Amino acid sequence: MTKRVAIVGIGATGFRPITPDVSYREMIFDAARKAYTDAGLEPDEIGGFITATEDFQEGYSIADEYCPDQIGAVLRPTQTVPGDFIQALATGYMMIMTGAFKTVAVEAHSKASNVMNIGELMGFALDPIYNRPLRETPHTIAGLEMTRYMFETCTSSLSCAEVVAKNMGNALHNPYAAFGAEIDAHDVLNSAPISLPLHRLDIAQHADGAVVVVLADGETANSLTNAPVWIEGVGWCSDTPTLEMRDWGEAAYAQLAADMAYRMAGISNPAAEIDFFEICDEYSFKELQHMEALRLCMPGEAAHLVETGVTAIAGELPVNVSGGALGVGHLFEASGAQKILELVEQLRGEAGTRQIHDVEVGLAQTWRGVPTATGAVAILSNR
Amino acid sequence: MGYRKVAIVGAGITKFVRRAQETGKELSWQAAKMALDSCELTLDEVDCVTLGTAPDAFDGVHMKGEYLADGAGAFRKPYMRNYVGGGTGVFSPIHGWFHVASGMADICLVVAEEKMSSCVPHPQGAFLTIFDHTTEQPLMPNLIWIFALEMNRYMQAYGISKADIARVSVKNKKNALDHPSAQVAEAITVEDVLNSETLAWPVNRLDISPASDGAAAVVLASERVARRLTEKPVWIDGIGFSIDTAYWATRDLCYPRYVETAARMAYEMAGITEPSKEIHVAEPYDPFDYKELHHMEGLMLCPRGEAARLTADGVTARDGNLPICPSGGALGVGNPIAATGLMKIIEIFLQLRGEAGKRQVPGKPRCGLAQAWGDLMQMGTVVVMRN
Repeated sequence: MTKRVAIVGIGATGFRPITPDVSYREMIFDAARKAYTDAGLEPDEIGGFITATEDFQEGYSIADEYCPDQIGAVLRPTQTVPGDFIQALATGYMMIMTGAFKTVAVEAHSKASNVMNIGELMGFALDPIYNRPLRETPHTIAGLEMTRYMFETCTSSLSCAEVVAKNMGNALHNPYAAFGAEIDAHDVLNSAPISLPLHRLDIAQHADGAVVVVLADGETANSLTNAPVWIEGVGWCSDTPTLEMRDWGEAAYAQLAADMAYRMAGISNPAAEIDFFEICDEYSFKELQHMEALRLCMPGEAAHLVETGVTAIAGELPVNVSGGALGVGHLFEASGAQKILELVEQLRGEAGTRQIHDVEVGLAQTWRGVPTATGAVAILSNR
Repeated sequence: MGYRKVAIVGAGITKFVRRAQETGKELSWQAAKMALDSCELTLDEVDCVTLGTAPDAFDGVHMKGEYLADGAGAFRKPYMRNYVGGGTGVFSPIHGWFHVASGMADICLVVAEEKMSSCVPHPQGAFLTIFDHTTEQPLMPNLIWIFALEMNRYMQAYGISKADIARVSVKNKKNALDHPSAQVAEAITVEDVLNSETLAWPVNRLDISPASDGAAAVVLASERVARRLTEKPVWIDGIGFSIDTAYWATRDLCYPRYVETAARMAYEMAGITEPSKEIHVAEPYDPFDYKELHHMEGLMLCPRGEAARLTADGVTARDGNLPICPSGGALGVGNPIAATGLMKIIEIFLQLRGEAGKRQVPGKPRCGLAQAWGDLMQMGTVVVMRN
C-alpha cells in the first residue's frame, strides 16, 4: 500500500483540574475551531467525523447524540467510538485508507470534573456477576497489578516513584499541563498510601480538556500543509477483560498493539528507530511496564532506564516529555489525544522549551485503564 | 472510484427474547460462534473484531464494549466497539467495512449484542438520561412521548390515520411468524392495534416493538478470501451514515432528512440513481410502526407521504413489488437495539442468497438495503448489498 494518511490539523484546549467556566460542548467547539483553522479547512469540507466517548463518563445514555453540533458535523457522516482516542484515530485512518473519505476529524474530551464519584463509576466496569460483589475499587486492582509487576521484574516502589518525579517535572515545561511540580521520589513514597504499594502521587489525577485532530490522505495533506505529520503505524488490541484469567505482571495488550503498529511502520528495533515516546502512565508503574511491553528494553530493565536518566527529556529514549498523565492529567478517552498532541507538536518543532532536537519518529501508547486490558499504539513521523 | 470489495460470507443470530437467561457475553458468544460456523471459519482466522452495542445503561456495565470483548471473540485481537445509538446495528458492518476495505483486515467478525432486560424495572428507564440536562431533563420526557410527537406530526403533515400506520404492525408481526428468532410474531388485525392500550397518544402498545435480549453476528471478508470461502458472497456495495443536530426540538419532525443524507451517500457509492426501482428488498428500521413509513420516505423508496398508501396496497408485503421488512422487523422479531440492525443486515444477506426459506421474497432479488436509526431521532445508517 503506497497510500498514506497524515495529521494536517490539531487543536486543543488547555488541560485543567476543573473548568467551571465552560461546558464540555464549549470546550470541544474551542478545540475543533483551532483544529480546523490549523488545517485550513471549513467543517463542511471535512468528509467524516469521529468522537471517542463513553456514556457513563458523560452522564448521558447514548452520549454520542451530543457530538455533532459543536464539531460542525450536522448531517455529515459521524460516528462514536467508545474507546480511547487512538482507537478512534485508527478508525479515521482506516476510513481514509478505504478511499471513501479524503479527510476525517477525530475528537476526544474529558469533563472529569463533572463526575462526582469517579471511583464508583469505574466499579461499574467490573463484571457484574463475578467481580462487582467484591466491591473492589479500581485502585485496589491497580495496586495488586503493581505488586505483581514489581515481583516479576524485581522493581522497587522507589523506581516507580522516580517516574512520577520525572513526569511531573517535565510537565512544568508544558503549558497545557495541569499538574506540573518539582517533587522527588521520596515525596511520592511519603504521600498517603492508597492500595499499597500504590501511593496517592503514583496515581494520575483527572483533568478536563478537549482535543480535535484532522486527518487527510497524502495528496490532500500535501496540498494543505508543508508540515504534515504522517501516521506510519497504528495498532490496537484487547486482552481478556476477565480479571481472573489475565497475566497481571505484563501488559500483553500493549505488546500486541505495538507489534501491529511496528509491522505497519516497518520497525524492527523500536528503541533505535523511534526518537521519543508518549506512554500511558496512569499509574507510575504502568510507564515501566508499558516500556517493556513496547520492547524498548527487556522486562525488569525499565526501572534502571528511568533511574539513569535515559528516559528524561535530554536522555536517549525520552519518555513522556509532555509530563504524561501524571503531569498533564488523566483525560478519560482524551488521554491518547494528549499524547498525539505532544507527538505532533514535537514533530512540527512547536514544542517550545521542551522541544527535543532532530526528532523524526514518535510513538504514542494508551491503555483504557482499570479494569480493562485494552490498549492502542500510534507511530507518527514528519518524514 | 473503486473500493476494495467486501463481502458478507457468514451470519448468526440468537433467539430474541424478553429476558434471556444468558449473560450479554454468552449471547455474543452464541451469535459469533454461529456466524463463524456458518462459513466454516475458526476464531484463529479472524483478523479483527468490531462490536456494536447500544447504551451501557441497559446492561448497567460501564465500558460495556470491554466487558463483552471475550464473549465476542476478541481475546488478544484488535477489537473496537462502534456506537451510534439505535443506528448501531447497521453501523457495525460499516465499521467492519472500514477494517476490510482499508486493507487492515481480510476477515473481520462483526458482533452486535443487546441485553435490555438487565435494566429493571423496564429498559425505558435507560432513556430518561438521554435528554439534555438543562433544557429537557427537567420536563422528564421519555422516548414514547417524543415519538408520539413525531408520529403525530407525521400524521398531520400528510393526513395519515392511525389505521394506515397500524397496517405496518400487522404486516410485520405476520411476517415474523416465519422467523425462527422471533419474539412477538402474531397474526393480528388493525383493530387489535387500535384497541391496544394507549401509551402516549397516538402511540398504542402494538405500535411499538418490544424490549428484547439478543445478539447477531456476521463475518466480513475481502474479495480474495470471500471467493474462497463461499460461492454466494453478498457484497457491501454502499455505506452511508449521517447525524442531525442534537437540538431535535428545532427540526421539523415530519421528515427524516438524516436518513436521506445517509441514503444518498450509500446510493452514490453503489451507483444507484433510482432507488425505488433498483432496490428489490429493504429492511428499514421499524421500532415503531410509523417509523417504517417514515424511513421508506427518507430512503426515497417512495415519495413523501406515500408510504402508507403503498402499505395499504400491499406493495410492501413479502410478495409485493417492494417487500419491506420481510423478516418481521423490530415489530415482529423483537428489538434488542444493536442486534436488530444486524438482524436486518442478515435478512438481506439471506434474501440475496435465496436462503430465507419461508420468508424468501419472490423474483430472485439482486439488490437489498438495510437501515437503522438512532440517537435523538437524528442518526441514519444505511447499507446497500448486492449478490
